[in-house]
Amino acid sequence: MIHSLFLVNATGDIFLEKHWKSAVSRSVCDYFFEAQERATEPENVPPVIPTPHHYLISVFRHRIFFVAVIQSEVPPLFVIEFLHRVVDTFQDYFGVCTEAAIKDNVVVVYELLEEMLDNGFPLATESNILKELIKPPTILRTVVNTITGSTNVGEQLPTGQLSVVPWRRTGVKYTNNEAYFDVVEEIDAIIDKSGSTVTAEIQGVIDACVKLTGMPDLTLSFMNPRLLDDVSFHPCVRFKRWEAERILSFIPPDGNFRLLSYHVSSQNLVAIPVYVKHNITFREGSSQGRFDLTLGPKQTMGKVVESVLVSSRLPRVVLNANLSPSQGTYTFDPVTKLLTWDVGKINPQKLPSLKGSMSLQAGASKPDENPTINIQFKIPQMAVSGLKVNRLDMYGEKYKPFKGIKYMTMAGKFQVRT
Amino acid sequence: MLESSKESLKLEAMKRVVGLIAKGKNASELFPAVVKNVANKNLELKKLVYVYLVRYAEEQQDLALLSISTFQRALKDPNQLIRASALRVLSSIRVPIIVPIMMLAIKEAASDLSPYVRKTAAHAIQKLYSLDADQKDHLIEVIEKLLKDKSTLVAGSVVMAFEEVCPDRIDLIHRNYRKLCNLLMDVEEWGQVVIISMLTRYARTQFISPWKEDGVFENSEKAFYESDEEKRKSAEETKPYAMDPDHRLLLRSTKPLLQSRNTAVVMSVAQLYWHLAPKHEVNIITKSLVRLLRSHREVQYIVLQNIATMSIQRKGMFEPFMKSFYVRSTDATHIKTLKLEILTNLANEANISTVLREFQTYVKSQDKAFAAATIQAIGRCATNISEITDTCLNGLVLLLSNRDETVVAESVVVIRKLLQTQPSEHSDIIKHMAKLFDNITVPMARASILWLIGEYCEHVPKIAPDVLRKMAKTFHNEEDIVKLQTVSLAAKLYLTNSKQTKLLTQYILNLGKYDQNYDIRDRTRFIRQLIVPSERGGALSKYARRILLAPKPAPVLQSAFKDRDRFQLGTLSHTLNSKATGYLELSDWPPMAPDQSVRNVEVAEAMKEWSPAVGKAKSSKSDDKFYSDSGEEEDEQAADSGSDEEGGSEGSTRTPVSLSSEAESENSETSEDSSQSEKSSDSGTGVKKTTTQKNKKLQQAKKPRKVRYTQSQALTISKLVSVCDRVCVCVCQQLSSPVFVPVHTYELLHRMTGKGLAAQYHFSRQPCIYDDRMISVQLTFSNNGDHTLENIHISEKTSAGQNIHCFSPIECLEPEKSVTVSMGVDFNDSTQAASFQLCTKAEGFNVSIQPAVGELLLPVTMSEQDFSKEQGKLQGMNESSATIAMTPESITSQPLHRKVVNMANVGVVPSGQNNVHRFAAKLVSSGALVLVCVVQKDSGAQLTVNTEKTIIGSMLLRELQTVLSQGS
Repeated sequence: MIHSLFLVNATGDIFLEKHWKSAVSRSVCDYFFEAQERATEPENVPPVIPTPHHYLISVFRHRIFFVAVIQSEVPPLFVIEFLHRVVDTFQDYFGVCTEAAIKDNVVVVYELLEEMLDNGFPLATESNILKELIKPPTILRTVVNTITGSTNVGEQLPTGQLSVVPWRRTGVKYTNNEAYFDVVEEIDAIIDKSGSTVTAEIQGVIDACVKLTGMPDLTLSFMNPRLLDDVSFHPCVRFKRWEAERILSFIPPDGNFRLLSYHVSSQNLVAIPVYVKHNITFREGSSQGRFDLTLGPKQTMGKVVESVLVSSRLPRVVLNANLSPSQGTYTFDPVTKLLTWDVGKINPQKLPSLKGSMSLQAGASKPDENPTINIQFKIPQMAVSGLKVNRLDMYGEKYKPFKGIKYMTMAGKFQVRT
Repeated sequence: MLESSKESLKLEAMKRVVGLIAKGKNASELFPAVVKNVANKNLELKKLVYVYLVRYAEEQQDLALLSISTFQRALKDPNQLIRASALRVLSSIRVPIIVPIMMLAIKEAASDLSPYVRKTAAHAIQKLYSLDADQKDHLIEVIEKLLKDKSTLVAGSVVMAFEEVCPDRIDLIHRNYRKLCNLLMDVEEWGQVVIISMLTRYARTQFISPWKEDGVFENSEKAFYESDEEKRKSAEETKPYAMDPDHRLLLRSTKPLLQSRNTAVVMSVAQLYWHLAPKHEVNIITKSLVRLLRSHREVQYIVLQNIATMSIQRKGMFEPFMKSFYVRSTDATHIKTLKLEILTNLANEANISTVLREFQTYVKSQDKAFAAATIQAIGRCATNISEITDTCLNGLVLLLSNRDETVVAESVVVIRKLLQTQPSEHSDIIKHMAKLFDNITVPMARASILWLIGEYCEHVPKIAPDVLRKMAKTFHNEEDIVKLQTVSLAAKLYLTNSKQTKLLTQYILNLGKYDQNYDIRDRTRFIRQLIVPSERGGALSKYARRILLAPKPAPVLQSAFKDRDRFQLGTLSHTLNSKATGYLELSDWPPMAPDQSVRNVEVAEAMKEWSPAVGKAKSSKSDDKFYSDSGEEEDEQAADSGSDEEGGSEGSTRTPVSLSSEAESENSETSEDSSQSEKSSDSGTGVKKTTTQKNKKLQQAKKPRKVRYTQSQALTISKLVSVCDRVCVCVCQQLSSPVFVPVHTYELLHRMTGKGLAAQYHFSRQPCIYDDRMISVQLTFSNNGDHTLENIHISEKTSAGQNIHCFSPIECLEPEKSVTVSMGVDFNDSTQAASFQLCTKAEGFNVSIQPAVGELLLPVTMSEQDFSKEQGKLQGMNESSATIAMTPESITSQPLHRKVVNMANVGVVPSGQNNVHRFAAKLVSSGALVLVCVVQKDSGAQLTVNTEKTIIGSMLLRELQTVLSQGS
């Protein structure tokens, strides 16, 4: 299966290598660098690269390439999924997954990788189990370790590894028992020039933070479960119960986890919460272009649209932009041609706008296409699909937990074509 | 720092070493210092040492051997985590010498109580297999056993091992099939992926196709799935298709996994449904696959590829989700292209207007490569859907005025392809293109236009010669591909319109004749011969018109994913569209369903099979099979006690390192070892308690070696190296079991002198279980008197310099009964008799065992090359030789072999020549090699003995001489 792993940073240096079978020379990465050179953007590097003796499968996250070396047939998604799991674990352990963080914790990284794969086959990827085997580094623990001489490595096989609920460790104790659920929905949409919707979809997740003592058994029910069209569960959810009663019944892992992700059926019309009025023109022959953008709320059910961020990659001929925002700040990077406008809140009484002119390269002809505009926003306390949690019950333990549910709507891949 | 006594310092040092490894720096010179810490109590330090070992053991095999004893000890640790990690490292260090040790460890771990350890064993199987493929058969046994395992933890790993070691042994799966299906939900996600893909292959061989019944998709399937199925269909149509319940079980048990959060699992279920489910059920995977598109970029890439393949065959599946494949400007280029591919596949009469509108937006994209791909896609849509061809053509012609070169070029190429389908109506387009010709610089586009003009020159009779004139001017500046087309154009025009173009053509042909590119020169020469009538009256020129102006079939624009369905979906081979190493073909459905009763498992039997005690017994049985040698068949000594035999066969697999260890140390350790092994079996679990006496013996036999390593750790490096050198030498001299065991017994005590007690001894020729330097001697006591003899034992060892390991006292021996015991004697490689006092309760008798020189040896197997190499080292003083006259009947090789091995315990070296016989052995005590070579001549033989111990050599020579010269 997975033979070796190389971590490559943005400048093309290998800064970490790990081999699970016999060592593979790092020159195998030359094929990868070749592909990287050919691709203009790091995102464009093909995920699977065949070389004469090996296959390279790579994942690009946090500006780091995780390049796995494969020697024989294996489902590529298997490797890709695993690499993403590795990144998630690093993030979980070190807070951030950057080159510096990995270099600082190289020993922990090595111990983790050693535990996660045996002979290239995943052994333990569940974060609850890993955290028992290898304790995450904290400043306090480092101090304690140096004084007492104890280690970061668990001495016993994690109980979860063998039990029927491998995701939960035993003997969990909290003084405050709490369970928080965040229902987060994202709108993916493409809006065309005239403002009509080309496509719009709602994808949602329920992220949970459960800190409960013992072995609680939770059930979560919805007011309108029919909205959920296609769901995928954390392994802890009992599938049979969901099929029969549309109730989520599960013994939760300890800590943060993603309980559920769902797709709202595309038949339902999606209420697009913002609209954009735009007028971007380039005149033939002149070295000036006009830029005019106004945002406004729409169908937000009285909720405020927050942390709005507009970004757009302007055509290559644009040399500079001279704009004035009615609120917020904007930046324009003349190298990448990326225009970002941090709007903040949208006030329905006074709509935010960004107006001004762009200076173009002299003599260049006008671009054929106007730039697409990507919008990010957040609307707290609202689930755009209308999904509502009915109740949360706990069985199996005696205490009364503190429960909380939060709703939130965000823009996913929200694009406006102009 | 590694040598430091302080643990924290060591740990710090080790962390730095691991840092070096991580950076890819070579840290191998630290090996000796690191290996010393392998037995450290600190778990974190130990783990780091393991990391180091696994990385460098392959390069430093000799030194790595030093750590093995630690792992072997850890394999018996009560903590399952430590047992498992020891097995992991042991199996990961990839040193070929330890293959037998690994094999044993795997077998033991496979019946461990902890599923975690069993899982590790399953992983170790693959490692051992990649290290030594010869172990396959034994590994399959272990796999078979582990497949029966009910633990969900093990299932995934063992199926992985199955796929790696013996994917063709489908018979192993039958009985576990239903269990695997039922467990699937609870297996960890990585295991699910492996199991599902294995079950897909399995189902393809075991169930009949569910596809024949549904008529809905029949049309599209027919073409693709084997025409011979149709023949069968007529026969089968009479009886309705009923799905095998096991087939149904598989589909049912995998369906919930579509809801998994792991994309790899979802994908593997999707491919399972695609390859196995009846056509009307496949649609359930659509939603899940579309959901995966929300995931990371790399996941999207793979999923889109698979959807692209699916969408060619089954448009209906993804059509409702067409909007999910709309391209966003932020997508990576390869994802954009794939989405485009899918949209093209999905386009039909109903939705083409929407698709085309989308395409129009894409054409204007800033990503020009993507815009070009869109134009190709439009071209494909236009050919597939005849209604829109005109619209598309008009659209493409508009694009010709685009400023971007690549876009224009691509449009020209696509237009050319489209025009080929219906040229007559589009002469205006050709004219338009001819006008644009001056502005287009992309060679491919220029070449395309030239070809178009040449092909349809009748439609544009005025323009064509003009274009040719322009080309003649710029000929030398053009790219090769344009030049070639110019030559073709010239030829075609010459044929249709020779009046206007004759001179031009000749000019161009002359230019081409002296071109730098040989392709162009060749083409020019060919064209000239073809069209210009030469004096030799070219037979071909009559046909020139037909050759050059033949109507060409229109190119078929088809998807790049057209033939990808020959690979199983979701595999690496599918992604690459070429066969990856280790790809396993998905077989076609069998015509008739194989017997389905093979999957029946009787519940009671299964339970029994699972109980650990039986498993243990089974494994030890297989041990026997593994270690037994053909030579033992000749062993007529039925009276051999079981333990003896076991010890012997164990010794034969052992690496001979331990031979050089001190006898005392081992003696002292043996007792400790047995107590240790007892301790571990107590603290362990039920399984270990059931271990038989035999197994304990096995452990004992293994122990001395371990002890040695720990001692060696204290030695200095230089000594270590020398030890390891010896190891290497010994490798080529694997001990083998005796070729022949003579039945001849010698008298130790006559019944008259023994007052009723008679004793005989016999050399069993087995490596001694007590000590490697001892020779095992079997004593048979028989009571010929009329009263019971009690407490028979050895009391005084009278002779000096000889170690004797006594047999345990015999409490009583009834009259007319006999008993056999074994003892070990270290003769120190001399034929001096070992004397001792044999005592009963009442009396003592002085007896002595006289060893024959041939019994002081242990057989060794080596290759012919090794033999001659070793012989070369033992020349001169160490060689003694003699010529003997031989009786005619001993000429054939078999009796000669027979005689030699009867007389001395030597191993036969395979020989290339008929008249040369080689035998190899080593002295039990010193380990010195003894090489015997017999070269047969007409009536005699040349006998050579080479050994360091010249006395033994000459004695052996003398005895062999006597034996061989005698008649048989």
